[in-house]
Amino acid sequence: MPTPVESGTSELRDPRDPRDPFDVAVVGAGPAGLAAAVTAAAGGRSVLLLDAGERPGGQFWRHPPPAPGSAEGEDTVRVHHDGARFAALRRALAHHVARGRLTHRPGHQVWLVTRDEDGFLIESTPVHPGTAPVTRRARARALILCPGAADRQLPVPGWTLPGVMAAGGAQALWQGQRALAGRRVLVAGTGPFLLSVAGGLAEAGARVVGVWEAGSPRAWASRLPAVARVPAKAVEGLGHVATLARHRVPYLTRTVVREVLGEDRVRAARPARLDAAGRPGPAGDEVPVDLVALGWGFTPSLELPLQLGAATRLDADGSLVVTVDDEQRADIPGLWVAGEATGVGGAALGVAEGTLAGLSAAGRPTEGRAARRLRARIAAHRAFARAMHLAHPVPAGWSDWLRDDTVVCRCEEVDAATVRAAHDTLGADDARTVKMLTRCGMGWCQGRVCGLATALLASHHAGRAPTEADLAATAARPLAFPVTLGELAELGDEEGGFGGDAVGAGEG
Amino acid sequence: MNDDRRTGDHSRTDDASRTGDHSRAHGDRGAHGDRRAEEEGARSLTLHFEGRALPARPGQTVGGALVAAGVTAWRTTRGRGRPRGLFCGIGLCFDCLLTVDGRPDRRACLEPAVDGMRLTVTNPGEHPRADEEAPDADAR
Amino acid sequence: MNGRAREGGAAGGGAAADDLSFDVAVVGAGAVGAATAFFAARAGLRVAVLDRGAPGGGTSSAGEGNVLVSDKDIGPELDLARHSQRVWREELAEHGHHWEFESKGGVVVAATLASRDALRALTARQRAAGVVALDVGPDELGALEPGLRPGLAGGAHYPEDAQVQPVLLVAHLLRLARAAGATVLPHEPVTGLLRSGERVTGVRTPRRSVVAPAVVNAAGTWAGEVAALAGVRLPVLPRRGFVLVTEPLPPTIRHKVYAAEYVGDVGSSDAALQSSPVIEGTPAGTVLIGSTRERVGFDRRPSRAALGALARGALGLFPALHAVRAIRAYHGFRPYCPDHLPVIGPDPRAPGLWHACGHEGAGIGLSAGTGQLLAQALTGGPTALDLAPFAPDRKGLAA
Repeated sequence: MPTPVESGTSELRDPRDPRDPFDVAVVGAGPAGLAAAVTAAAGGRSVLLLDAGERPGGQFWRHPPPAPGSAEGEDTVRVHHDGARFAALRRALAHHVARGRLTHRPGHQVWLVTRDEDGFLIESTPVHPGTAPVTRRARARALILCPGAADRQLPVPGWTLPGVMAAGGAQALWQGQRALAGRRVLVAGTGPFLLSVAGGLAEAGARVVGVWEAGSPRAWASRLPAVARVPAKAVEGLGHVATLARHRVPYLTRTVVREVLGEDRVRAARPARLDAAGRPGPAGDEVPVDLVALGWGFTPSLELPLQLGAATRLDADGSLVVTVDDEQRADIPGLWVAGEATGVGGAALGVAEGTLAGLSAAGRPTEGRAARRLRARIAAHRAFARAMHLAHPVPAGWSDWLRDDTVVCRCEEVDAATVRAAHDTLGADDARTVKMLTRCGMGWCQGRVCGLATALLASHHAGRAPTEADLAATAARPLAFPVTLGELAELGDEEGGFGGDAVGAGEG
Repeated sequence: MNDDRRTGDHSRTDDASRTGDHSRAHGDRGAHGDRRAEEEGARSLTLHFEGRALPARPGQTVGGALVAAGVTAWRTTRGRGRPRGLFCGIGLCFDCLLTVDGRPDRRACLEPAVDGMRLTVTNPGEHPRADEEAPDADAR
Repeated sequence: MNGRAREGGAAGGGAAADDLSFDVAVVGAGAVGAATAFFAARAGLRVAVLDRGAPGGGTSSAGEGNVLVSDKDIGPELDLARHSQRVWREELAEHGHHWEFESKGGVVVAATLASRDALRALTARQRAAGVVALDVGPDELGALEPGLRPGLAGGAHYPEDAQVQPVLLVAHLLRLARAAGATVLPHEPVTGLLRSGERVTGVRTPRRSVVAPAVVNAAGTWAGEVAALAGVRLPVLPRRGFVLVTEPLPPTIRHKVYAAEYVGDVGSSDAALQSSPVIEGTPAGTVLIGSTRERVGFDRRPSRAALGALARGALGLFPALHAVRAIRAYHGFRPYCPDHLPVIGPDPRAPGLWHACGHEGAGIGLSAGTGQLLAQALTGGPTALDLAPFAPDRKGLAA
């Protein structure tokens, strides 16, 4: 764990030629990014791996730091699933770092990527002061973006009360630092991820009072062929079900949270059943809880590919994703994208895509048997993911559970009545106009949490389905993360001749 | 820590009255079901939150320590003055902002807990940064 | 939930065919088009406003909402700006709260004695033209704007400078226009013009024909394309600008503050990146930081050089912002004419075609005056301001 540096001391500087580009830069050290980085390094390329996390693994393989006094090794890390694959990737990471082919910069948030005739320029900022060494600027000939995804959210009355969290956040708290965000937990929303979250919290000692799944189990019945292509997923799912059974956690389908109750924090939640049209019925009895963990699938983080102008499409879950070819190439020369950003589909898919992107970016053969196996695996996982998305849609009538005073944009505290008035009174019929008129998506998080809801509400009020443009209105961020004016002031010197913070590939 | 609910089998805990009022930063209400014995004795850090001492473990974030101590809110919103704490838990929602050792608007869910850290709430009307001398390498 | 029928009668309500007939068809529902529609409808004309996308979706939603007199040297544009000020504060006054009209005033600062002297000469000229422009000594700047760095050579204070929220402006102007009988047709690109001999008699969209003896080209940065549909040349080019938005702050900056060099940048014809700081707070608490100008076509990707210049410019005036974070950046394309004047009035080369476009970075502020003047002209009356300097066939636009 980095120790804080007192103000005034200088950061460690990388003694490298800032004009010497890396062959490949990888952003993100989750399943896809790790796979891409070690594959490209194995292909003999110089690789820079930038990751906002302090430890590799991204969200999927989040784990606590090693106990003080112990050396963190791949054998001592326990992750939620697929531990063997993670261990192998970590060994490979350490191997390539030791050999000097791979430069790993954890705790670095990439906030701007641009492209010129010499390749890509990547600006990053340390997440914490005291991070060392620090690399603020890097140049690479090829770029593999593996930015991952975050929980999607739908507003519900009372969801801004303390004690309501994203399902992934509640899980991250436990997996990353063994902290339970509540003792009586409700897990709700849609998707198999709810089972994973509920199971993990139950095993951790929380009382999970229920999993309220909006979807219908029948939705899987027609999609069994897709499930059969990835048997490991079925096994994983059954494992979660067994965990929940062991802890006697009620699993209700076609059930949603209709409202969350409490004064200054969560006290209880009330359920509602969904009818065949996806509309919520009346609220049922209060269920006392102190933590509501909500998840409605995942939104890929697309700000970096969009900064470069990469083409996108809408995936089966309604998410905006980057369009890639059969080698994970985006339509920008030199850019590869892998993992959730090409379509939410899980860790194993991410590893396969990252591996293929790493091969391609390293100029290694992409026609041979290994590549064909990767493509087959990718196809099978994408088919499964598609089936999963279609089986767990956002309920068509979800906005019926909003009240006029339900907050839609948490950062700017914009309520549902204001969003509706933007259409009814001011004629807004697309998400961007709604955003500009109401300030939805213009606060600190820049639409990461409310982007889906804003797009859905804007298009719903306009009487049509959401389009790419609706989602792009809150997905594009010319500054991927907040950055100080002082840091911005250092842009414009492309040769990196200032400050010495730029890192080059020259030294291992 | 003197909470007698620290150990024990929490899977049978279904007494609704055990969900106490966690909106106050009473540090001794915490221990949410830590089942790993080796961590029981490893709460070796102390954080100072609004004048109170909070325990924390090495490797925890400030947000994790606050939540583990039963503090679920430490910020009030600019518009409606409503309480906020953790939401997304992974540094993307910016709900959990907190002033750490005088540095404003740190994400509590990402900020590593360090022994002796001072955690304070930045009220919406204040902004310590506007008076800061520039530049400070650690001020970000 | 059911969508409600749009006020003002979107197409298809009651009429048998989709084709429509009006007195005026305004092409472009940005600030200028919306203001034109508002005033024309209020004057009793039957008005349609069309836009290929969402109203305000062009440059109007990419600016800061400036309503300035300070940044213009004497000449027709300053006259237009002064006229526009009157319209904002008189005819539009009762609606100002809808678009957050804030008469916050502008403070221009000069870093060097040379620029201060040039500024003094400018304020003298502006005062002679009726602008309220107060010279400010270096010691008084701190009282006006406490955060300004020490050591500036002097400045000027323009109490008449104001700010609006431009997307609210467009939305409310159109709402008010609809209330006065106008029809708004969003998401309908104009793909051709209706002609009767030489005369322009309306517009065509993929969905319908809109007959109107007067067609107003208010298409902003895309006005050249609309003009080309009539076979006339209008050399409007995009001039890209970026804006940084900071995290929400307590009230920090009281006025719109900018450097004296800004006026020169606006009037420059240089294609390369020009940057001069323009900084102001907003009701939402964020601070907006402009401005950059460059001619790069319609490149929408973030620019390192522009973002860096914005930050350096802001810190040059308000060094205490060093640790303040920018949470967002956005860009827009100003419609720029080679002689730096907008195009307003009838086009003698294509009778029936009118123009209200080319306002560069002043479109929001000048929209009120432009719309009001054009409505006067469309009803056949005299205009409060002579439109000859803005004529589409003027020498400054040739070749």
